[in-house]
Amino acid sequence: MATFLLELVSPEKLLLSRQVEMATIPAVEGEMGVLAGHAPMIVALKGGVIRVRENGAETEKLFVAGGFAEVSPERVTILADEATPLPQLSRAGSERKLAEAEAALATVAATEAPEKRDAALIRVLSAKAAVEAAEAA
Amino acid sequence: MASLKDLRGRINSVKSTRKITQAMKMVAAAKLRRAQAQAEAARPYAERMEKILASLGSAVANMPGAPRMLVGTGGDKVHLLVVVTADRGLAGPFNTQVGRLARARVRALEAEGKQVKILTVGRKGAAFLKREFASRVVSEVSYATKKRVGFEDAEAVALTIAEMLDQGAFDVCSLLYNRFRNVISQIPTEQRLIPAPLPEGNATAAAGPQAQYEYEPTEEEILATLLPRNLAIQLYRAILESAAGEHGARMTAMDNATRNAGEMINKLTLNYNRTRQANITKELIEIISGAEAV
Repeated sequence: MATFLLELVSPEKLLLSRQVEMATIPAVEGEMGVLAGHAPMIVALKGGVIRVRENGAETEKLFVAGGFAEVSPERVTILADEATPLPQLSRAGSERKLAEAEAALATVAATEAPEKRDAALIRVLSAKAAVEAAEAA
Repeated sequence: MASLKDLRGRINSVKSTRKITQAMKMVAAAKLRRAQAQAEAARPYAERMEKILASLGSAVANMPGAPRMLVGTGGDKVHLLVVVTADRGLAGPFNTQVGRLARARVRALEAEGKQVKILTVGRKGAAFLKREFASRVVSEVSYATKKRVGFEDAEAVALTIAEMLDQGAFDVCSLLYNRFRNVISQIPTEQRLIPAPLPEGNATAAAGPQAQYEYEPTEEEILATLLPRNLAIQLYRAILESAAGEHGARMTAMDNATRNAGEMINKLTLNYNRTRQANITKELIEIISGAEAV
């Protein structure tokens, strides 16, 4: 099967750079599967799981907290805010983060501008996705 | 002339200084390697981010209502300088050279009648600039207590800058830091952050045909999240480069200090031996002339 180059980078390091058959990425408007030869796109990501398929089998699952992906026919570059391989995602840790994010939302919601509330809400949703991902793993 | 005891004391003290500078050099070398690795690890993200921003930015920049972070406020009155230095000294000219660049910029801008605000990252720069421009320093950040500076630290600084922009506290924002060229040379550099510098028209035209992207959601929405992130990543990169540069500069400075201490020890030892011999000769002459007189 045709392959393309998948690159996954976080601000702190290059996590993945190799030829894969398919990648499923959590775009803000719904999950999207990318195969080789995809039309060029730039998409924003929400908190969710990136699944990588190589040689007919799913080989890698990583949780990202958000970010962007640049898709072109022969290459996909994912700029992740924070990426953790699923086996390393701790449930307790992500639950704590969820609690923090919810607390932040509660303080922001009453007083601040709508943009800030949205940002806090996005963080809560992303943390929720992390908890779900950790549960599933 | 100094007595033998004095000389011995001085030799010992220079020797212990040499030990310290040597140890500091070793520590700096070890830290340099780590800082360099961290700076290199951050590079791919920054590069890709630049590419996406370039293709997006040129599409949106000409539209009315483009985000402020991309095109600025349109004014040119208030400048915010973000000065990145180290938290510790003893690194040769490392901190002063950024400080001097900042001072020159502040003077030049004020001579043009512009207002200047300063945000410092790192204790040394804050101390340097406060001596002269205390009233312009609006905020200072220091990582002295941290073992390792992470992306979230840079993000926090970016957030303060973004808030200041929202309040209209400045029109133009520049970043001043030591760019890491190699271990022995760090170049004080100025980089514009807001409005975001976009590549020239010909560069985007060259990348033209294949860069026809579809956007999901819209360009504006992506930009709204991409720009603050880009600000954070630029800061993060500057902080990491500055950290690598700091250790490089300290290594060179301590290497020089160690060598100077060695030279000093040689000179003092020579002096010590000469004095010792002179004393022996003098005593001999005294004994001999005393014996002759009898």
